[in-house]
Amino acid sequence: MSTRDKGILWLLLAALPVALMLALMSGPVSVNIVPALLQGWHSDSSDAVILWQLRMPRALLAMLVGAALGIGGAAMQGMLRNPLAEPALLGVSSGAALAAILLLYYGLAWQSGWLLPVLAIAGALLAVSCVWLLAGRGASASRLVLAGVAINAFLSALMALALNYAPSMFAMQEIVFWMLGSFANRGWDQLLLALPFILIGALLLYFSRNYLRSLSLGEETAVSLGFGGRRYPLLVLFGIAFAVGGSVAVAGTIGFVGLVVPHLMRPLVGQDPGRLLWASALAGALLLSLADVLVLNVVGTQELRIGAVTAFIGAPFFFWLIVSARRGMAL
Amino acid sequence: MSAIKTESISCKQLTLQRGERVVLENISARFNPGELTAVIGPNGAGKSSLLACLASVLAPSTGNVFIGDCDVSALPATRRACHSAYLPQSEYPAWSMAAEDLVALGLLPWGRVTDRAQRVLAALQQVDAVQLARRPVTELSGGELRRVQLARLLVGDAPILIADEPGTALDIRHQLQLMQTFRAQADAGKTVILALHDLPLAARYCDRILLLQNGRLRAQGTPEDVLTQGQIGDVYGVRSELRWREGRPEFVTGDLL
Repeated sequence: MSTRDKGILWLLLAALPVALMLALMSGPVSVNIVPALLQGWHSDSSDAVILWQLRMPRALLAMLVGAALGIGGAAMQGMLRNPLAEPALLGVSSGAALAAILLLYYGLAWQSGWLLPVLAIAGALLAVSCVWLLAGRGASASRLVLAGVAINAFLSALMALALNYAPSMFAMQEIVFWMLGSFANRGWDQLLLALPFILIGALLLYFSRNYLRSLSLGEETAVSLGFGGRRYPLLVLFGIAFAVGGSVAVAGTIGFVGLVVPHLMRPLVGQDPGRLLWASALAGALLLSLADVLVLNVVGTQELRIGAVTAFIGAPFFFWLIVSARRGMAL
Repeated sequence: MSAIKTESISCKQLTLQRGERVVLENISARFNPGELTAVIGPNGAGKSSLLACLASVLAPSTGNVFIGDCDVSALPATRRACHSAYLPQSEYPAWSMAAEDLVALGLLPWGRVTDRAQRVLAALQQVDAVQLARRPVTELSGGELRRVQLARLLVGDAPILIADEPGTALDIRHQLQLMQTFRAQADAGKTVILALHDLPLAARYCDRILLLQNGRLRAQGTPEDVLTQGQIGDVYGVRSELRWREGRPEFVTGDLL
């Protein structure tokens, strides 16, 4: 790691506690942060309860999910050799979303707090497995994308059907809100549930960093450098499924983070797909936690959904990409 | 990074089929350390497929490839990659990385390498591309990029070097420099296999030539054995002559037959 990379690593690491403090200060009631922090976990003063039971898990969850989406996006772009790829392309998000929607649809989600996230992760893994099987043995990147588009289209059709025949207005509202993503009312339970899946995903992606690097020169060269066979693509696909599936399971679908974050980091840490993994994880954590601070500070009768905020960040980003491409800068 | 000194590579009764089409048929050949071998033949003769099979990028339909006495299908992929380095005919970097970072990718099979920067610099020196080290590869010309890719091929110091038309996009000076580099590599004990279209260069620099025609091995041997008027006329449909000049064979083409 070069000195410059180390500098950026430390800068991102230093920015995270700042974002955390901002998140802890944000909310409908004003809380004296420092005393509440010092009172500790077990105190039952209202400030401490708000801070430790409501704001802290929410802020940490936003970071964790941001990191998962960031690393998932970087891995996806590396594997498909395409800067416009994002995890949703392989049906990870829609697989998780459909599983959750079906649960909400049948009103089963409230039977147990664990049921929805666990089934959402299973949905993500199932969707990726379908994409993998459909693409077939030794599939090229373009065939994987094509299979992903096909599976995605099918899952979207099923979701539309579920919305169409939603049993009640409440169920429909729940489904729509869930599709827009949110960190509202998320506690330690959700954080602890998502954490192992996201860690497994991140670990699988970490092990495939050299494969992603070798793919910079194309699949043929990657094979000649010793990264042939089915093992490596599987490692990446399931790494993405675990990380992104885990985050969709607790926070709903949040778009654009996986697409935008690697782009933001490339000018800073360079184009190396291996280095981009950790950089995108840190930057994703930072971006999503700041986006959630924004959500918490927007005044209104209804809570703004985080998915809407990230879409507002993502869309202008696309405009900027087009403008810079037109000016002849590399995409 | 432990250096493997020398290694031969061979194929036995290699056949490659793609759908109904037989791309390579029953090819047996051995490539020895210290030898610079050119694989020649008209377009579609199977040169690239043979090189890809030797580099374990394509799996043959039947037959085997051996490094030394060891069947490559029995070798773990990264270990095999430490023995043979391969440069495909076209290789486009997906990202606008610095040239030196592209070269360093050639060290991936070796895992953690302590003297990475020195090795990259040495490889760039070998192909006269040190000045390109920090340039983004997407801003290089075709020939400059090819030289950087060649440095990537050389950087791992693998005992077997396989390059598919390495001289494409290079100017005359760099083509000669390239052949001299490969010649020096062979003289240092490497096993070098190149697919070439440039028969004069093949005649001048290579120890052995394999002539492919329609997926079959038409002839193999020294340039004098292979580049005969009869064989070249037959395979390419071109008049040719192999002369001796200053102790080296010189291949000259004439009209179409």
